[in-house]
Amino acid sequence: MPHDHDHHDDPHALLPPEPALRVKALETLLTQKGLIDPAALDEIIDTYENKIGPRNGARVVARAWCDPDFRAALLENATAVVSDLGFYGRQGEHMVAVENTDAVHNMVVCTLCSCYPWPLLGIPPGWYKSDAYRARAVREPRKVLADFGVVLPENTAVRVWDSTAEMRYLVIPMRPAGTEGMGEDALMELVSRDSMIGTGLAVQP
Amino acid sequence: MSRLHDMGGRFGDGPVQPEPENVRFHADWHPRALALTLAAGSLGQWNLDASRHARERLAPTDYATFSYYEKWLGGLVTLLLETGVVTEAELAGTVDPAPSPLAGRKLQAQQVAEVLAKGGPVDRPSDVAPIFALGDVVVARKFAENARVSGGHTRLPAYAAGARGRILRLHGSHILPDSNAHDLGEAAEPLYAVAFPASELWAHPEHPDDEVVLDMWQSYLGVAQ
Repeated sequence: MPHDHDHHDDPHALLPPEPALRVKALETLLTQKGLIDPAALDEIIDTYENKIGPRNGARVVARAWCDPDFRAALLENATAVVSDLGFYGRQGEHMVAVENTDAVHNMVVCTLCSCYPWPLLGIPPGWYKSDAYRARAVREPRKVLADFGVVLPENTAVRVWDSTAEMRYLVIPMRPAGTEGMGEDALMELVSRDSMIGTGLAVQP
Repeated sequence: MSRLHDMGGRFGDGPVQPEPENVRFHADWHPRALALTLAAGSLGQWNLDASRHARERLAPTDYATFSYYEKWLGGLVTLLLETGVVTEAELAGTVDPAPSPLAGRKLQAQQVAEVLAKGGPVDRPSDVAPIFALGDVVVARKFAENARVSGGHTRLPAYAAGARGRILRLHGSHILPDSNAHDLGEAAEPLYAVAFPASELWAHPEHPDDEVVLDMWQSYLGVAQ
């Protein structure tokens, strides 16, 4: 979005106001100074567009649904368990898994910025980074859930986790009823990204 | 006083707009801004806490009107200048860019997977012993401000300042952002998950059983009287 600039003493005002041109100018400058390899940028983009995304988290949740020992280990030490699956990395160095039950529904936000478990869920969706979510999730989580079409039973408490440190939270949604015979791969399909943030429920097959 | 980024609990924002899982970016330049920020960060001239603080320090009018990745770019330019990695004249294009002495640290394409997989853990040994145990009732610091640096970085949101909660988890000892963002040392200390009843935070909580859990460093907390 173009921006009317009235802070000409701010350093970013030295660059073009149009953000697409600003990125280009900065990349060109840093490349000319020998500080940036444009091919490395391509590689980073490919990683988060194509390689690391919410299917990683869905694998973890589906396995927790199928394997009680895995579930217990995940709840005890999530970082070690997801590392074993190859899901350790930037913005997922310190993981905690929290489990939804009939009594408690967990939901994750970062009110101060946009902290999110990248190795398990990829980069955050637009709404997670939005002012509306950051402002409202802690004060009126049930109204926010309603924006996602989720209505909780009256006797279910909501526990909102505000990611104020480097701990990253993965919600384990409740396993849908009637899925007892399903295997891990089929169950993965029921685990939406939003269900692992706590703004959704697992899909009822 | 708070800064605009500290928006938890604020009134007046509209509905949250869900979006499909396959949407990664919303404009062609977004992934470029993300990648540029990560690659520049790997030069090692600033830490994660300093980069958050650089975004938070944007002028309020910019913070309010910039899109997400514009904030990242604004913060990145601030850091590049403050660390001397680039000069104002280079940014303004009034001189030819000089080769950087940091060029040897340039992130190469073949290093990307390894660097992203390695991450940057922030748990550290600490001389500061935990003084709270699970279930202890604590009260958050009165001011959601950096205790050492006026206007400095902190991770204590204004909505929880002065509120009473209980210790839910001990996460171990982590780098203190309030210190690390200002190059005052890592100053690791115990970090806790603290559960606050919604009724402790809001005049009109939605439900009597709801809670908000925040991760808080020991120095953010006092013993509840």
